Amino acid sequence: MLGKLTLDAFKHGPIVTVGQISMVLGALSVVGLLFYLKRWKWLWREWITTVDPKKIGVMYIVVALVMLLRSLSDAAMMRAQQAISVGSNHGFLSSDHFQQVFTAHGTMMIFFVAMGLMFGLINLIVPLQIGARDVAFPFLNATSFWLYAMGAVLLNLSLMVGEIGATGWLAYPPLSELAYSPGVGVDYWIWSIQIAGIGSLLSGVNFLVTILKLRRAGMTLMKMPMFVWSVLGSMVLVVVAFPILTATLAMLALDRSLGMHFFTANAGGNPMMYINLIWAWGHPEVYILILPAFGIFSEVVATFSKKRLFGYAYMVWAIIAIVFLSFVVWLHHFFTMGAGANVNAFFGIMTMVIAVPTGIKVFNWIFTMYRGRVQFTTPMLWFLSFVLTFTIGGVAGVLMAVPAIDFQVHNSLFLVAHFHNMIIGGVVFGYFAGLTYWFPKIFGFKLNERFGRYAFWCWSVGFLLAFIPLYILGMMGATRRLDHYDASLGWQGLFIVAGVGVMVILAGVGFQVLQLIVSIMQRDKNRDKTGDPWDGRTLEWSTASPVPVYNFATLDPVTERDVFWSQKQQKQAAKIQYEDIHIPRNTPIGFLIAVSALLFGFAVIWEIVWLNVVAVLCIIGLVMYRTLDDNTEYVLTAQEVKALETKGAKA
Amino acid sequence: MIYKMRKIVAGICILVGFVVVLALLLQGHTIDVLQPAGIVADKQKHLIIIATLLAIIVVIPVYALTIGVAWKYRASNKKARYTPDWDHDKLIEGVWWGIPIILIGILSVITWQSSHELDPFRAIKSDKPTQKIQVVALQWKWLFIYPEEKIATVNFVHIPVDRPVDFEITADAPMNSFWIPQLGGQIYAMSGMTTHLHLQASKAGTYQGSSANISGEGFADMRFTTEAESEGDFQEWIEDAKTSKDVLDTTAYKTLAAPSRNNNKTTYVLADEKLFDTVIMKFMGHEPDAQRSFESHLHRQVMQ
Repeated sequence: MLGKLTLDAFKHGPIVTVGQISMVLGALSVVGLLFYLKRWKWLWREWITTVDPKKIGVMYIVVALVMLLRSLSDAAMMRAQQAISVGSNHGFLSSDHFQQVFTAHGTMMIFFVAMGLMFGLINLIVPLQIGARDVAFPFLNATSFWLYAMGAVLLNLSLMVGEIGATGWLAYPPLSELAYSPGVGVDYWIWSIQIAGIGSLLSGVNFLVTILKLRRAGMTLMKMPMFVWSVLGSMVLVVVAFPILTATLAMLALDRSLGMHFFTANAGGNPMMYINLIWAWGHPEVYILILPAFGIFSEVVATFSKKRLFGYAYMVWAIIAIVFLSFVVWLHHFFTMGAGANVNAFFGIMTMVIAVPTGIKVFNWIFTMYRGRVQFTTPMLWFLSFVLTFTIGGVAGVLMAVPAIDFQVHNSLFLVAHFHNMIIGGVVFGYFAGLTYWFPKIFGFKLNERFGRYAFWCWSVGFLLAFIPLYILGMMGATRRLDHYDASLGWQGLFIVAGVGVMVILAGVGFQVLQLIVSIMQRDKNRDKTGDPWDGRTLEWSTASPVPVYNFATLDPVTERDVFWSQKQQKQAAKIQYEDIHIPRNTPIGFLIAVSALLFGFAVIWEIVWLNVVAVLCIIGLVMYRTLDDNTEYVLTAQEVKALETKGAKA
Repeated sequence: MIYKMRKIVAGICILVGFVVVLALLLQGHTIDVLQPAGIVADKQKHLIIIATLLAIIVVIPVYALTIGVAWKYRASNKKARYTPDWDHDKLIEGVWWGIPIILIGILSVITWQSSHELDPFRAIKSDKPTQKIQVVALQWKWLFIYPEEKIATVNFVHIPVDRPVDFEITADAPMNSFWIPQLGGQIYAMSGMTTHLHLQASKAGTYQGSSANISGEGFADMRFTTEAESEGDFQEWIEDAKTSKDVLDTTAYKTLAAPSRNNNKTTYVLADEKLFDTVIMKFMGHEPDAQRSFESHLHRQVMQ
């Protein structure tokens, strides 16, 4: 009846139990709070069934931040283990548990934290920046979000019922095949990211079409804000790269669940094929994450330098170059597989070539500040720290692009330091800058600057403390993913320094939590009544904060790039002519499809056949129901819009 | 202003303190990659230095410009020029497209040459004969086979100094990576396949080696030592090893290949000189159980 699922799946060691208890307590307190505040209906009507990208964006960010906290605690556990597990001391985690922890850490950080923050910001900002009222496919958008959320739920479920893989975040076969990983851990890994990944692919299609088709009249491609350009590049990559992930995971799942031999070591399977395929997705994935961060920095630097973005056309071409090049570098993740000198050299050189457009962007940001009026707000501080740390990572990256050098640092902590350098210094700092910058637009009040600065300093200093020692450790021969090492190697001191670094970063996270609490408490003081708290340049600042459901009451054509800025300069008073606005109705179908997908994943993992059948039938039924539903929109009349707008102006 | 100066001084103190702590922690320990003991690792170290220097040509202006420009054009400095609409300059763009392209061009040439010169599969030129050593990554230990000398070792390997060594590598385990940082590195060990790593030690000594790629529970224990010694000592060691009481035949291999951790260093007399090929062939062709396991799987599904 329940397949492989038995009571044993619920039995865990003391450390996991602590994790489970905190998770259960967290969930119970949320449920309790909802009962206490009688907010169930509100939750259902306003959030779960919503198709408004602004609300979906907020939900993305909430899920991503929760996952960030869990994933950070994994990071802290790893650092603690490596700081003490020396010689005769074997630390507090077993090898298997340690390996599960770093697998969970990597998987969550990439698929659920970075992707979540990215799609959150895209949902919130892209429709506003292109002056649109909605995304191209609002219902699909809700479905995408819930698939992402249910992927996260499935991954967290592995902590409660069963285990997560002990294979590293990309689960290379043959280690991830049944022969070496017979448990359900790898299956949890496959299905949680498969479900979330399909969500990402659908989102990619959605925003690609949104940007190409729904721009305000007059906004030609070369008049789009740079963030929109960067998202366009990123979404092209999503649409091209994510199907590779989906197919690769599907083949691994077939190997594991139906005894096939795509990637097994024997019987004609080829693990090298998996490694090629997963990186053919994995490398573009890095740029999927970093391009929107570049876009955010472009907006932030221009706004806080009170100056037009320098070299706009070159920035656009740099993005386009990066998009193309990101597909011809994947092999640099495994020069050590022995492809031969010509192949290795080609991929090495292509990798270095990416440094050119990336470097161009940095120089253009610097020259945006040049002859500007630079305000050191927290988004700007994140930008400055990004340039300084990202550059270190860039140097390490160029080193590793030379295959002969890569042989000496690959799979070592040098590599770990490098990609954290790129992802924390680039992606995370970028998204933090974006969250701070656009927070008032979404919630109607600014975040507290003082705590923001404290958080910034903790993150920046903690980052250096945590990762500079790893560069050195890698050079000392310390490979990644070690749960234990010999005292004679002399690594312990550096691991302890790295551990201190992580604690400083955690203090930074603490300040961010405080920042949020303080900002909410002082929201009346920091309220944004104009809709334009930073003296912004692009269309999102031309509407009220928080943004009304229809985004813009009127759709005046766009005449130039920084259209809102020049309107302000010319003090144009736009003639207001209200019109009827069509708005999509809320629907629970997206949510229900995702729940069915969750059940499907769970059923495959535990081999519960009847549940598989039920889940598939549910998904087909729900999709058909939605397809046949004609009544998906309602109309907000011009009168109602006018009433809402004037009320907003008075308040 | 004094408040600001204090902050800057405090920042510099923290930075200096950090460097001092790192330096103290490194006292008496080897930074393997930067202290090579073999010709390959030595060339790799030089590449690291050259590439870093080339990269620094870009890094220094980036740092100086970022800090300098941000500070000079701070909003409170009303004396600085302000040109809000100035947003392109072909000359400036040309300079910073040009310089990185030139640098990357130089690096590309270096990359192309070094990729060929230091290709792990490429034999090292020498007038001395190459020592052949076969390597099998097991769960979770390293087996070294000397097919010509008919001996084998576990978790340690002896090599002669100043003679090229051809490591012929495979795995009877998940994928591992074979790495001896002070001699040069590293190449994957994969089942059913052979990879090669050509190294040559230039001075006698003991060098640590490990697996750099996760291969299951005992992966952290997959360490071995490399004893590089003079030709005389090496030959003596081989003669000595041939007298070992432990014999590596098919049965002994099966026992050895079963998953185990923290194996002692062991020396064997090699009974089966085709052992390495047998290990590779294990993964070739059709798995006899595959069809059966698929059917039984379907059967189980139907029964439920």
